[in-house]
Amino acid sequence: MDKIKSLEDLKRVREEALKKREAKVVTGQKQIIVGMGTVGIAAGARETLKAILDFIEKENLSDIVVRQTGNIGLDSWEPIVQVIIGDEPPVTYGKVTPDVARRIMKEHVMNHTVVKEYKIET
Amino acid sequence: MRELALHLLDIVENSVSAGAKNITIEVIEDTRRDRLRMSVIDDGCGMDADTVAKITDPFVTSRTTRKVGLGIPLLKAAAEACNGFFHIQSTPNLGTRVDVEFQRSHIDRMPLGDLAGTFLGLLVGSPEIHWIFHYCVDDRQFEFDDAPIKQELEGIPLSEPEVLKFLRNTLELGIQDVQSAN
Repeated sequence: MDKIKSLEDLKRVREEALKKREAKVVTGQKQIIVGMGTVGIAAGARETLKAILDFIEKENLSDIVVRQTGNIGLDSWEPIVQVIIGDEPPVTYGKVTPDVARRIMKEHVMNHTVVKEYKIET
Repeated sequence: MRELALHLLDIVENSVSAGAKNITIEVIEDTRRDRLRMSVIDDGCGMDADTVAKITDPFVTSRTTRKVGLGIPLLKAAAEACNGFFHIQSTPNLGTRVDVEFQRSHIDRMPLGDLAGTFLGLLVGSPEIHWIFHYCVDDRQFEFDDAPIKQELEGIPLSEPEVLKFLRNTLELGIQDVQSAN
């Protein structure tokens, strides 16, 4: 891959991202955490994480922090995803397949409605 | 786990848990020698010789420590079943290096799988770590170092949609290009 060309691309990427961030009022921060321990990975956590990143890219969502973490200790519920919006208490979801992840992104992260069927009571 | 890229992700998680600031991942396919090697090099907290000796044994690993689980014994068994090996070198406070090698053409060798997806997840999911990915098939190479990218972005998160698209394209095209050799 041509390194210089790719750095020029990156400058454009940065400017686009900056423009968008300036244009919108920053609301409460949204954080999504995906459990990536051995059990999570074996249960499909990488595909779940990929589905979340794809969703952000396709829906053009700004200001979302995506994190991965090690084992959460709820093996039978893997893959596990936690959603934290602003000061609200974290919501933990279990058995989050890519389809469920897209639902959580749409209903909870975009529209503030918890997806009750997949919520784990902790 | 049905992909080498998933096993790779699993062992890299150990480097992340070990508090590494710099992690280098190498995947080297050598068709002439018929070998496939994956290496993970980190500067995390490392382990003493006793722990290193224990972690490849699934019956000794204590679940409560949770530093390493079943992931390593499974990968070691997979490598050894394919005329390969699993080797781990570690120094407390300096870091750890894991090498796992397979006979590339061995019938039981798992497919490499989604390397780009694995790298993207690591990069975006642990942005505080300096990542270097190195992938080569014979003479074709792809090297990805995230330091100049982060510098250019000046604090814009990697999870911004434009940045994600750029990273995904860079990784996917780079890996495809290396694989088009065969």
